[in-house]
Amino acid sequence: MKPAPFHYHDPKTIAQATDLLARHANARPLAGGQSLMPMMNFRLLAPDHLVDLNGVAELAGVQAADGALCIGAMTRQRDLEFSPQIAEAMPILSDALRHIGHRQTRNRGTIGGSLCHLDPSAELVNIVALHDGVMDIASSRGRRQVPFTAFATGAMTHSLAEDELLTAIRLQPWPRPHGYCFLETSRRRGDFAIAAVAVLLRLDGGGAIDRTAIAVSGLTGVPIRLSAAEAMAGGQRPGHDLFRAVAATADTLDAMEDPYASAAYRRHLARILIYRAMQTAAERAQTEAAR
Amino acid sequence: MTDSRSITLEVNGRAYNTTVETRRTLIDLLRHDLGLTGSHVGCEHGVCGACTVLLDGISVRACLMLAVQASGHAVTTVEGLAAANGSLNPLQQAFWEKGALQCGFCTPGMLLTLTELLAANDAPTEHEIRDAISGNLCRCTGYQAIVEATLLAAERMRAGKESA
Amino acid sequence: MPSTWFGMSVLRKEDPILLSGRGRFVDDIHLPGMLHAAFVRSPHAHARIVRIDTQAARALAGVHLVLTHGDLPQTMRDRTIPVMMPNPVIKQPFMPQALAAKEVCFVGEPVAVVVADSRYIAEDAAALVAVEYEALPAATDCRAAAEADSPPVHLGSASNVAARLPISHGAVDAAFAQAPHVYRDRFHLHRGGAFFIECRGVVAEHDASTDSYTLQVTSQGSHRIKEGMLDLLDISEHQIRVITPDVGGGFGPKGALYPEYPTAAVCARILGRPVKWISDRHEDFMSTNMERDQYWDMEIAVNREAKILGVRGRLIHDQGAYLPSGVVLPWIAATTVPGPYVIPAFQMDVVVAMTNKPACSPVRGAGRPQGIFVMERLMDRVAHELGLDPAEVRRRNFIKPEQMPYKVGIIFRDGRPVIYDSGDYPACQENALQAADYAGFRARQAEARARGRYLGIGISNVVEGTGLGPYEGATVRVARTGKVTVFTGATPQGQSHKTTFAQIAAEQLGVHLDDVTIVTGDTGTIAWGMGTFAARSAVNAGSSVYLASVEVGKKLKEFASAMMEVSPEDLELRDGNVGVRGVPGMQKSFREVAIHAISAPGMSNLGGLVPGLEYTAYFTPDQSTYSNGTHIAEVEVDIETGEVTIGRYVVFHDCGRVINPQVVEGQVVGGVAHGVGNALFERMVYDETGQPQSTTFAEYVMTTAPHMPNVEVHHMETPSPLNPIGVKGAGEAGTNPAIAAIVNAVNDALTPFGVWITEAPITPQRIVELLGDAALGRTR
Repeated sequence: MKPAPFHYHDPKTIAQATDLLARHANARPLAGGQSLMPMMNFRLLAPDHLVDLNGVAELAGVQAADGALCIGAMTRQRDLEFSPQIAEAMPILSDALRHIGHRQTRNRGTIGGSLCHLDPSAELVNIVALHDGVMDIASSRGRRQVPFTAFATGAMTHSLAEDELLTAIRLQPWPRPHGYCFLETSRRRGDFAIAAVAVLLRLDGGGAIDRTAIAVSGLTGVPIRLSAAEAMAGGQRPGHDLFRAVAATADTLDAMEDPYASAAYRRHLARILIYRAMQTAAERAQTEAAR
Repeated sequence: MTDSRSITLEVNGRAYNTTVETRRTLIDLLRHDLGLTGSHVGCEHGVCGACTVLLDGISVRACLMLAVQASGHAVTTVEGLAAANGSLNPLQQAFWEKGALQCGFCTPGMLLTLTELLAANDAPTEHEIRDAISGNLCRCTGYQAIVEATLLAAERMRAGKESA
Repeated sequence: MPSTWFGMSVLRKEDPILLSGRGRFVDDIHLPGMLHAAFVRSPHAHARIVRIDTQAARALAGVHLVLTHGDLPQTMRDRTIPVMMPNPVIKQPFMPQALAAKEVCFVGEPVAVVVADSRYIAEDAAALVAVEYEALPAATDCRAAAEADSPPVHLGSASNVAARLPISHGAVDAAFAQAPHVYRDRFHLHRGGAFFIECRGVVAEHDASTDSYTLQVTSQGSHRIKEGMLDLLDISEHQIRVITPDVGGGFGPKGALYPEYPTAAVCARILGRPVKWISDRHEDFMSTNMERDQYWDMEIAVNREAKILGVRGRLIHDQGAYLPSGVVLPWIAATTVPGPYVIPAFQMDVVVAMTNKPACSPVRGAGRPQGIFVMERLMDRVAHELGLDPAEVRRRNFIKPEQMPYKVGIIFRDGRPVIYDSGDYPACQENALQAADYAGFRARQAEARARGRYLGIGISNVVEGTGLGPYEGATVRVARTGKVTVFTGATPQGQSHKTTFAQIAAEQLGVHLDDVTIVTGDTGTIAWGMGTFAARSAVNAGSSVYLASVEVGKKLKEFASAMMEVSPEDLELRDGNVGVRGVPGMQKSFREVAIHAISAPGMSNLGGLVPGLEYTAYFTPDQSTYSNGTHIAEVEVDIETGEVTIGRYVVFHDCGRVINPQVVEGQVVGGVAHGVGNALFERMVYDETGQPQSTTFAEYVMTTAPHMPNVEVHHMETPSPLNPIGVKGAGEAGTNPAIAAIVNAVNDALTPFGVWITEAPITPQRIVELLGDAALGRTR
C-alpha cells in the first residue's frame, strides 16, 4: 500500500503554508500523519500537493489569551498529554488525551490534525465541542474565527475553504474547582470510541449544580451537546435521580449504524456513560470544593 | 518525473546522505535504501506497530512518516540497541531469557516501544507495561512473556544503576 | 554440560539474531536486479471478465511487464492450483488458476500482475490496468448458498455444495428415541483469519542456463509448495528449489500454494530477473485463506444421570470460493465434537458450502475450536437443564484412562479411525479445577453479585489429534568440523524448531547444544517433506531427528571401532567424542571420525561402510497421537456496557513428554490470546454483495496486551506410545478450548438473567441485546 505520487512542500511559516494552499489545486496539509497517511497509503486520498506543516514552528504551542487557552493546531497530542499547564487548567483534556490511540499515535498526532479530520469518535473533537471551542483560521486572504459548531458540519467534514488552514483552537477552561469526567467505550483500549461522554460540572455554594456541560460523541457525525439536559440539571442536586434523568435523554438521540455497532447499542452506551460520567464529575466537584 | 529531495539523517548514530522520492515512507527508506531490515512492515496503516522506531528518542510509526520528514532527525532502530560488539542490551537479554519472542516479527517494534517506556519510567507496573505495548500486535506470544521480560529488565537496569 | 537437553527450558538458538534485527524474512531479501510485482484484483465478489486493457499500465515509466491469464504458459492456462489435501468425498474440487481467466469468484481474486522497478510504480501501473467486468449475482451466506435455488458461486456448476461428509457411529436414532432428555441448540460460530504480523510474500528467480527456479517464500512447508509448482510450471523436481527463510507467523494459511507464487515465478523467467512480491495488509485481508462462518444445529440425548446417550446434528460450513485444503477443516471440526467424552452414538451431517468469498482453510485449531465450542456448550446446557454442576456433568461422561486406547468410532480426516492413544482426562480436569480454586468460586460469585458485579467461570476440555502424517524427515550429519547439522523439511514460523530439534539431536549424540545447527524448510537439502502445521512437527520431525541421530550414533561407533580396533559395544558418545567406556584417554573426536569417514582419494579404509556420518530418517506415523487439556476461565461482565474482562485463566495441558517447557508454555499462552480474540473480538464482516467490510486492523480487532489475562500453564505428561520420543503436539492447544471456556464463563456470569449464548464471538453489543432491560442497570 504505497501512496500515489505528489509534490512535497515544507513551508516554515503560516504565510508560506497558506500561500501554497492558495496556489495549488488538490493540495492537502500534512499534520501528524496518523489519519492522513493511512488514507494515502490505501490510495483513498491522492493529493497532488502535500503541504507538510511539521516545520511551521509558529503553529505549535499553548498560549494563554484573555483567560482562554489558545492551542496551536500543530501542538502534538503528546505535548498536551504531558503538559502541567493543561493538567492544571483543563484536567478533562488530559484525561481525554490518554484515550487517543496509542503512545505512537499521540507522539506524532496533533490537535489540529484531529480537528480537521473530524472522525465522529475523536476524543479531541468531543472536548472542543464540550468547551464551545473557537477555531482560528488563516488564508492568504486573511484571518477569521469560527465557533466549533460552524467549523464542523458533519462526519469528517469541516467548513474550511480549500485555501484555508486551521491555525489554533481556543478553549475557555472552567474555573477551579470543577468536576470533570471523560468516559468512552471502545472495542479495545486505544480503539475508536463506539460512544464517549464528557462532562464538566460546577457546584454552587449549597452543593447544587451551578453549571454543567455534557458532550456525547460517537453517535452522530459531530459530537452533540445535551443542551436541554444541561439546562434541566441547573439548580438540581447531584444524585441518582438526576443522573438517571439526564441519562434517559440519550434514548432520543440520533445514532449511526455500522457493521460493528448498531444505533441502538450506541444510544444505550451513551445512556450508561452519561450516568457514570455525571456521577464521577459530581464526586470530583464535591471533593475539589471541599479542598 | 518524480518529486525527490536530498535528505540527511542520523540512524543509530551514523549519518546518512541520500536522495529519495518524496512519497517514499520512512520504513521503506530504512529497510530498502539503508539496508536496515530489522524494523518490519505489518500493515502500513499505523495499527500493528511492527514498524515502530524512535525518532529523537520518541516512538513513531515509520509507515506513517515520509522519509523526507526524518531529515535532520535521529532515528533509532533495533539494530542500534545491541552494543558495538554485538552483546544484547538488558531488555534484549531479558526477552531472550523469558522466551518473549517466537517468530520474532513484532519483536523489534516491541523493543523500541519498551525502550521508550523504560527511559521514561524505570519501574513500570505490569499494567503500565501492557498499556505501553497496547499498540503493538503480537500473534505468537500472548504478550505474557514480553511483560515478564520487561519487568526483569527494569529490575536489572535499576540494580545496575544502583551499583554504578 | 548438562546430562540431558530434552526437557530443559534452554534459551532459544533463534533469538540473538532475531533480537538484534538480523532475521531474514522474505521482504528483507534484496537481490541484484530484483523487480517488484503488484497484482490487479477483482473488485467484485462474482463477475465475468469481459476485457482487460493493459496498454496504459505497460506504457508507464519503470514498468517491465504486465501479464493476464492469456499471457501465462500453457500449463498454467490449462491447470488450476492443485488441491493440497484431495479427498474422494469432494464432488466439485473448485480451485483457482494463477490469474483468473474468464470469471472472478471473490473480491480480491488476482486478475493481472504488473512488474516494475519498485512497488510504488507497480501500484501506480496496477491502477492503470482497465478491467471491464460484468457483475454476476454472488452467493454470500453459506446457508442460502447450499440451497438449490441459490445463484451459483461458480458459473455453470449445478450446486454450491462441494461435499457432504457423513460422519456417524452407533445407533443414533434409537438412542434419541429412547432418551429421557433431548436438548437442542443452534450455534453460530465465526472465526476469522490468521493475521500473522508478516504478510505473505515470495522472491522468485529463474536461471535460464539450467532452466531452474529458486523460490524464497513465506510458507509452512517448502516441499508442499514445490510439489504444487511442478505441474503448473511443467518442470521436474530438480528444476525447482524452494526455501523458506524466517517467517513471521503462519498459523495455517501460509501453508497453501497461492496463485501469486507461480505467477511470480513465470515473471522471473520472462524477465530474466528476480521478482519479489509482498502482500500488503489490504491484500492480506482480501486474499489470504481464512475461516469464517459455521452454523451448527445440534441435539444431545442424555439419561436421567446426565450420561450422554447420543449427539447428532448438522453443520453448514462456509468454504468460500475454493478448496485449497480440501475439506479437512469441516471434517476436523465435526470429528472433534466427541472430545474426551463417551458418546455411544454420534452422527454429523456436514455440508461444505461454497460462497463468493476468499477460500476457507485451517487457522490455528483447524475447526477444533468450533467442535469443542459446540460440545462444551452442550455439556453446560445439560448441567443447566438438570441442575447439576458443569464439572460434575463432565466427570460423569469422561473416557477413563483404563479405556485407552479408545476407539471413538469415527474416521479422521487422515482416513484413519479416531483412536485416542493415551491421556488421563478426569485427572486433567480435576487438576485444573483445583488450580483454579473452582470449589471456592461459587462463594466468590455470590458475594460479587450481592455487590452488583457479575463474575462467571467456564470449563472447556479438549482432545486434539496431533502429529498428523504422512511423514517428516531429518538428515543428521556430523560434518568435517565435528559439529552436527540437521536438515529437515519442517518449516517453522516461530515454533522454535532450531532449538527443540537441536535438543533432541544433542541429547542423542552427547554434544553441546551449541554444536548442533538445524536447517529447515529447504527442498535442496532433503528430498521429502511436509511442513510445520497442525501441531505435527515435534512428533514427526522430532521423531525423525531422534531416529536419524540414533543411526548416526551407531555409525560414529562403527567407524571409531575400526579406527581404535575396539568393539562398538565398548564405545560411548561423550562431549563430542567417541571413546571407550571407562577409559578416559582412549577416544576419537567427532571431527577425527568424520574425516576418516569421508576418507580421501585413493584410500580403501571404509571397510564396506557407507561413507560419511550421515543418516536420513523419515518418521511415518500410523495415526495421530492425542494430546488433551482443560481450560478454566474466570470473567467479569459489565452488564451495562456488555464488556467482558478475563480474570484468572488456568490451563492444564498434556502434550506427552515436553522437549522445552518454556517453548510449550509460550505456544499455549499465544494460543489462548488467539482464542480470546475469537471469543470476544474477531469478525470478518461482508455485506450481502460479498464486499469485505473488514479491511483494516482498525475494523478487524485482535487481542492486545491490556486484554490478555495472565495464563497459568500447568503440564501433565502422559507419554505418547506412538513415537520413539513420547511427544504429542502442542501448537494449537492454547486456542482450541479457549473460545468455549470464555463463552461458558460469560454465560455463567449472566445466569441470573436467563441468557443462553450460542455464538462466538460474543460482543458487548450482543450481550447488551441478550440482557434486554437488565442492561439498563442503574439507569433503568
